Amino acid sequence: MKVGRKLWAIIFIKLFIMFAILKVFFFPDYLQTNFTNDEERAAHVFKNITRLSQNK
Amino acid sequence: MVEQIDLTQVNWARAQFALTAMYHWIFVPLTLGLSFLVAFFESIYVRTGNEEWKRLTKFWMTLFGINFAIGVATGIILEFQFGTNWSNYSWMVGDIFGAPLAVEGIFAFFLEATFFAVMFFGWNRVSKGFHLFSTWMVAFGSNLSALWILVANGWMQFPTGMKFNLDTARFEMQNFWEVLFSPVAISKFTHATSSGFLLASLFVVGISCWYLLNERHQTMAKRSIIVAAVFGLLSATYVIFTGDEAAYTVAQKQPMKLAAMEGLYVGQESAPLVAAGLINSAKLPGDNMDPFALEVKIPGLLSLLANRDPGSFVPGINDLVFGNQEQRVIGAAERIEKGKIALELLRTYKDARKSGDQAGAEAAQQAFAGYKDHLGYGYLNSPSEAVPPVGLTFYAFHIMVITGSIFPLVLLLILYFQIKGNLASHRWLLYLGILCVPLGYVSSQAGWVLAEVGRQPWAIYGLLPVTVANSNLTTGAVLTTFMIFLAIFTLLLVAEISIMAKQINIGPEEN
Ligand code: HEM
Repeated sequence: MKVGRKLWAIIFIKLFIMFAILKVFFFPDYLQTNFTNDEERAAHVFKNITRLSQNK
Repeated sequence: MVEQIDLTQVNWARAQFALTAMYHWIFVPLTLGLSFLVAFFESIYVRTGNEEWKRLTKFWMTLFGINFAIGVATGIILEFQFGTNWSNYSWMVGDIFGAPLAVEGIFAFFLEATFFAVMFFGWNRVSKGFHLFSTWMVAFGSNLSALWILVANGWMQFPTGMKFNLDTARFEMQNFWEVLFSPVAISKFTHATSSGFLLASLFVVGISCWYLLNERHQTMAKRSIIVAAVFGLLSATYVIFTGDEAAYTVAQKQPMKLAAMEGLYVGQESAPLVAAGLINSAKLPGDNMDPFALEVKIPGLLSLLANRDPGSFVPGINDLVFGNQEQRVIGAAERIEKGKIALELLRTYKDARKSGDQAGAEAAQQAFAGYKDHLGYGYLNSPSEAVPPVGLTFYAFHIMVITGSIFPLVLLLILYFQIKGNLASHRWLLYLGILCVPLGYVSSQAGWVLAEVGRQPWAIYGLLPVTVANSNLTTGAVLTTFMIFLAIFTLLLVAEISIMAKQINIGPEEN
């Protein structure tokens, strides 16, 4: 089935782009990469949610 | 200390999420519904042993496969975005969503992966009965995996069954069942899945109409129409029923969304439903302008929809912004004050903990409990910021409902003439059947636009506005990924349409 082969190709190319390129280079987990432990992460989020107020 | 939030960055992050979600939702509803239709077709084949039904099943299964292959993993992108663009939000909800999404990941993956393989590649390798069983499991599995994500969305629309932990800055699950069976989650699941059944039925009927117009594969087309039109009619009825339930739930839990989707500024008893209208885009909360340039109203119907009582009071945008003491509606203005106190108490708690003042921390925590439901309002600068974009919400709702009322009529006519045996001679109806395919997608997308735009400015309703949910990133970073997605998804859409069109043109395999 020709269409089957085309679909497998699309699936693999897509998964490659998503996981090997986008996830690695463009979508680092912000809190995981910028902080070393959960305490720091909580402190960062806490600071954000208590000091921010909406601005124009 | 007040820090500037880069609104451009937030808006690009929102645009990126909307873009991804909308593209993802092109593939999902067809998967949800076509999986069941294929299961129906195959069941008929297994019961009758008629090879024509097998050919028919395989044809629709191929289209299902194309849609699945191109759509698969487009949803993962949403999860990437959570961690990168919406890190405050992700951190805060990790405890709530972690469990359901992990269950989905493991359960649905194994269910789907196993049975998908049998369904597509097992025709001559397993028994007829087991093959059919696998097809049904694919249908149930796909719909079940939609459950968890809709539960998560339901929770964001109506946060329940949780407690905010002041030390970890996280919402913690208190009651899993309350999250799972929240009225919003149930109405999301029933309405979104059944709308997928309807969309897939329109898809099958529309393509079959195209075959009849072109006098090709007519036996297959007629058989497909009978099954899909019946399923579509049942689904359409259920969609309207669950849509009514969704509107009731919105009225109870998100009255601002209801007011926006109806362009209702001044609350009233026996509120009329605006059946169709043109929004006056210059209208602002509290001014004296007419909200509509043009409107057609049905008396009392909005009160009935919102409260199941045609005489009841439905609060309008003005009531929800400025408050209405007589009707005991608390306005955003008052909630902002309470929200600011909640935020101040959070700070006091943190400072007390830091300085080891246990009694002070406990007092702040206790006081916080009285204000916590208003927390999100503390971030708003003015009460009118609590109002979602009225025009978009209004039009999305009306497009969905108007098209949703046309579908059952078209399906009924098509079924009627098909049973009478003269459908092919009603060419206008065949064209209408084809037109309903894009309209089904429009309707379905409009549903999500309503649900998501209508809940602005909130990421978590009433607790966390989108402007605080995001990460501290630059606009450039978000803009770059937006453009990348735009390109990838557009390519995928082109692939979907062209491969699908080619396969439809080829038609079912000849024996
Ligand atoms: C005809 C009567 C209909 C009514 C009264 C109705 C009502 C609603 C309401 C009130 C919502 C918002 C729920 C929320 O924000 O939580 C909604 C959402 C939605 N609707 Fe409809 N709807 C109708 C028809 C349709 C049709 C025909 C489709 C698609 C074929 C559709 C697809 C959706 C989708 C995908 C959503 C977003 C998911 C959700 O919130 O459940 N609806 N609908």
